[in-house]
Amino acid sequence: MDTLHIAVIAGGFSLEREVSLTSGGRVAAALEAVGHRVTVLDVDPQLIERLAALRPDVAYLALHGRTGEDGTVQSLLGLLGIPFTGPDARASSLAWDKGVTKALWDRGGITTPDWVSVPSDAIRDLGAARLLPSVVDRLGLPLVVKPAQGGGSMGVGYVRALEGLTDALIGAFRYHGVALVERQVVGTELAISIVDDEVLPAVEVDIVAHGPDDHYDFSARYTPGATTLHAPARLPQDVVETASKMAYAAYEGAGARHVTRVDLMVDEDGRPWLLELDTCPGMTETSLLPAAATAAGLTFQQVCERIVRSALR
Amino acid sequence: MPDWASRWTGTRRLRWMWTFPLSPGATLAAVDPHLKRYAGRAAGMTASEIRALFAVASRPEVVSLAGGMPDVSVLDFDTVAAVAADVLASQGATMLQYGGGQGSAGLREMLTTVMEEEGISARPDDLVVTTGGQQALDLLARLFIDPGDVVVAEGPTYVGALSAFTQYQPSVVHVPMDADGMLPDALAETLDRLAAEGRPAKMIYTIPSHQNPAGVSLPLERRTRILEIAEHHDVMVIEDNPYGLLDFKHERRTPLVSLAPERVVYLGSLSKLFSPGMRTGWVLAPRSVRDKLVMLKEASDLSQSNVTQGIAEAWLRTQPWMDQVRAFAELYRERCDVMLGEIASTFPEGVSCAPPTGGMFAWVRVPDAIDVGAMLPKAINARVAYVPGRGFYAGGGGANEMRLNFSYAPADRIKEGIRRLGKLLRDELALIEAFGQGDA
Repeated sequence: MDTLHIAVIAGGFSLEREVSLTSGGRVAAALEAVGHRVTVLDVDPQLIERLAALRPDVAYLALHGRTGEDGTVQSLLGLLGIPFTGPDARASSLAWDKGVTKALWDRGGITTPDWVSVPSDAIRDLGAARLLPSVVDRLGLPLVVKPAQGGGSMGVGYVRALEGLTDALIGAFRYHGVALVERQVVGTELAISIVDDEVLPAVEVDIVAHGPDDHYDFSARYTPGATTLHAPARLPQDVVETASKMAYAAYEGAGARHVTRVDLMVDEDGRPWLLELDTCPGMTETSLLPAAATAAGLTFQQVCERIVRSALR
Repeated sequence: MPDWASRWTGTRRLRWMWTFPLSPGATLAAVDPHLKRYAGRAAGMTASEIRALFAVASRPEVVSLAGGMPDVSVLDFDTVAAVAADVLASQGATMLQYGGGQGSAGLREMLTTVMEEEGISARPDDLVVTTGGQQALDLLARLFIDPGDVVVAEGPTYVGALSAFTQYQPSVVHVPMDADGMLPDALAETLDRLAAEGRPAKMIYTIPSHQNPAGVSLPLERRTRILEIAEHHDVMVIEDNPYGLLDFKHERRTPLVSLAPERVVYLGSLSKLFSPGMRTGWVLAPRSVRDKLVMLKEASDLSQSNVTQGIAEAWLRTQPWMDQVRAFAELYRERCDVMLGEIASTFPEGVSCAPPTGGMFAWVRVPDAIDVGAMLPKAINARVAYVPGRGFYAGGGGANEMRLNFSYAPADRIKEGIRRLGKLLRDELALIEAFGQGDA
């Protein structure tokens, strides 16, 4: 095997910095263990200068959140001529905004729960708060309110009655100026990861503490043991196959490559509903993509190696 | 062919990384293998979004008013280095050896001179040296708190004390404060109520001077009154005094322990008078308590580091340490003035903040409608950080309160941070108001 010089880029100043550092640290260790030379870089005003000086063979993007996932770093790496893992700048920016992605899916017939985008400006400047009852009339209840951009389940609120919608919107606006109000699909939460154009086994998310207010939130995601992951998912084979094909279609449709995770819900009738594309999936101990790789018989080192090799092809 | 499959015509052929059929439902090791082994008190130790947000707050782009650090950059490092080198060169064999559980006699002697500055007369033998004030809190909690015991504390109170106590599963009951600290009448009512409920308070935990987080100090008459109430109910008092000498008017406030040495256990610390890196705190306690603390200290870590004890002792013995303390106090007073001035000119109406009498923190209350904990991500995105008030209360409260630190960031950064925060608060209020109009 030829030895590569790999720059693992992790950290940054997004709200998911800590998660990104964990992902990056694990990826760096895995790539070093298989014999590559690894330099870990944080995102700061010296990043471009250091990348230009280092000239790594490839950059592994372990960034989560703004700057890392919205296409910014991808665009800069493109200008520098350094190959990098994950979708290119255009695909990243498409996938980064949940409202944009969902609109694309909707046009293409990929099922995604109905939604309404609510910009905070519309509330502040146009008196849009008067229309909140219409939102509930159109989408029904329960609802999920989430920032249109951002990850890690941050700023996500669950609404069971109209009265809760205001607080959920204010909560989401604290993370991003536009919120999506989405019909909540009740059923099974699935994550389908795609590595190097191959679909990995679907991972089913099962939150250990089952209660009406237990969701796959930040604490459930990152506290080991708070969530049980079943991979492959315990759903019927045909349901998983349809969901996986739909996830792959979404991946292709966005122009994604190398590595992407698709999050979806399967409702009680076995119908998949796509929620979002994650173009820099988490690689922590409790993350979904590593769990999918394990189920496919790949070690963490092997999956990191596959991602890197696909970026060099 | 389903609708989506015909429309999303790709150039790449779908490949599966596994072959059907798989045996479904294999549970993966995202489950912590140690999960079933943890003690009950580990239940609350989960990943927290706020903790993750603070990882961003430490970035240089963010003006952090969140920390609790003294500005040690003003220390003369050459002098500190010389003191440390001399200690190691002249007493290496002692410094590099284990020490006794009570702490070195030489350091304890010098700590009594620190207490003299506060107006406390104590003998070195009455002291136990601890790894910062934090270990003293842990050891005292271990010594006195059984699960369910009631601890009474100011509301808000030091978050680290709450963490230390929580390990031993007490019930913490808060007593409200005003600009002069804990309200004695409210304390009396609370202790009466608890006694009537059949769960009398076991201890009162207080930071009487330049309280963390509220920044305020108890006047003498309140100190006397609080001790009378404690006497009446026969409750012990833990007096935590890490900031006493950092007084903006260089006033000497009477420590509770000097008024009631048998009722009060006193905690001191060099963290804010010299350096938190020394991890040097101490307890002044009645003899019986002191003896047990020594045993607990030995059980916990055998002994305090002789190296840091040696350096701390030499610092206090050979350097004009009180001049340094005055310099810290003066620096923090200037920065506090800048902070309060900027708050007055940029924060929205309805914000209040009792002017700190000293120490390192200002406690700000914003209009009720704003939940400052939930606002933190917005603040981090706007590159300013603070500590949300909730953590300073056991079991709720503080949603519209925040702690701001003025000891660490330079004045111009403080100014910038407060401006950013002021803009955020005004934006948040405007948004909430817009929603309110929608409901009308």
